Amino acid sequence: MPALPLDDAGPYVAAAYLVFLALILIYVSIMATKLGRIEREIGELSELVERRSERSGERDQERV
Amino acid sequence: MTFGRGLHALSIASAALITVAFALVFFYAPNDADQGFIQKIFYVHVPMAIVALCGFVAGGVFAIKHLRSGDRADDLRSYVAIHISLVLAVGVLLTGSIWARASWGHWWVWDEPTLVSFLIVFLLYACYQPLRFSIEDPERQARYAAVFAIVAGAFVPLNFTAVRMAESLTHPRVLSTTGGAMPGEMRLTFLVALAGMACLFVTLWKYELASKSASIQLRSLKRRLAGDDGLAPLNRSAAPQHL
Amino acid sequence: MRGTVAALIRKDLQLERRSFESVPAMLMFSIATFVLFHFGLDRSSLAGDLAAGVLWVTLLLAAVLGMNRLFLAEREQGGFDGFLMAPVDRTALFVAKAIVLFCFLVAVELVAVPAFVILLLEPDPGQALPELLAVLLLADAGIAVVGTLIGALGVQTRARDLIVPLIALPLLVPVVIAASEASAPLFAAGGADAFPARWLVVLALYDAVFGLLAYAVFDFLLEE
Repeated sequence: MPALPLDDAGPYVAAAYLVFLALILIYVSIMATKLGRIEREIGELSELVERRSERSGERDQERV
Repeated sequence: MTFGRGLHALSIASAALITVAFALVFFYAPNDADQGFIQKIFYVHVPMAIVALCGFVAGGVFAIKHLRSGDRADDLRSYVAIHISLVLAVGVLLTGSIWARASWGHWWVWDEPTLVSFLIVFLLYACYQPLRFSIEDPERQARYAAVFAIVAGAFVPLNFTAVRMAESLTHPRVLSTTGGAMPGEMRLTFLVALAGMACLFVTLWKYELASKSASIQLRSLKRRLAGDDGLAPLNRSAAPQHL
Repeated sequence: MRGTVAALIRKDLQLERRSFESVPAMLMFSIATFVLFHFGLDRSSLAGDLAAGVLWVTLLLAAVLGMNRLFLAEREQGGFDGFLMAPVDRTALFVAKAIVLFCFLVAVELVAVPAFVILLLEPDPGQALPELLAVLLLADAGIAVVGTLIGALGVQTRARDLIVPLIALPLLVPVVIAASEASAPLFAAGGADAFPARWLVVLALYDAVFGLLAYAVFDFLLEE
């Protein structure tokens, strides 16, 4: 079974390594989307906490 | 429960090992006597295969732990291990097909036992997420998924042996390297590539575990702050949603 | 345990004898598949590994029909709950169902294999009969064990008749490999060739590994 000469073989080897790279990068980008969603939810939660502490701050002021 | 411990060091180790491995592949390892430059694909195809197989078996081991302790964290570990191994399995099939095309002219060869075994293993594990998705109750979903992971994990080595026995009798290995001993430079390159792939797997595994656990904990935090009505109902999901 | 197993087997066999659902369907399916293969391959007679392949793929697909129906009665008529309330070892259900599936397969093969010989097989497998029986029995045991486990796994999910074949067929690939490699020389065109006994060892190993595994793991499928 003859080996292909370098010029013909190059694209195939490159393709194989690119498959590996592409899989990793696609995975990372999917994880990045998830991370973005987590960040957004944390933002919403801290807003919730803000509002709640403001409300209890107002209540304290009213009592005084 | 923190899953992301050691993630920083691991990711650096993976990046370093893979970079060094690629450098060794293209600048240090000699060309194969039979296949020439094509053989370089071996250094990405075979480590992916070995790590994916270990990942499937690890998924089975975590499943056993889950069944014994009922700990949902082990179910999450099992799920993520299988998930990442499935991605690697796709990579094995694609790189194997490219290798087959380059050295044999066809996009698929039945003579290569690793490739054929991976096709069967892929078909099996492709059912894992649909199985999980079809069971709504989370505790039962985890339990049934664990049973599947254990049976499938035990199946992997058996399948490899059977396929190898079937093929080796009629055809010689098509895509193996220089029959017999691998020269030292090739072996070193292969080992570095294998170490890099293994580190990468563990890094991605921890990465996904940390991300999922963060989402789950975030949800329970939201419930405590906003009350049950401030929370959107959980959709059906194949992934574990409770810890 | 033995009493429970015997009682469960008796119940299922009686049910089958009264309603005649699974075995005739599996049998008719096998024969229809032989006809399909005749037209699909455009061959009047087969020999060697082609014959072995056609026989084993057909038997496997017929077994999948049986797997799907194995736990159906339990699922739809509350048999699982009734069984769980009884003070018996839960693994008895697995042993009983596996034996029942094995019996169904043997019953189907008693007619399907002679049908295959008449319809499609070119050489006469007469002298190779004991070896063929050994292959059939060992392979049936493997199919029964895996089929029962996956049948139980699938029956409680939503897409049960889809997911059972999808999971069971890859798991049974080693059985197909071993059974066809073992039976191909028996169907050789010029009279039976030497019998590769190592494939019987592979089948026995498969049966042992999956038998033990299924036995250990089956309980977890039944918990409420």
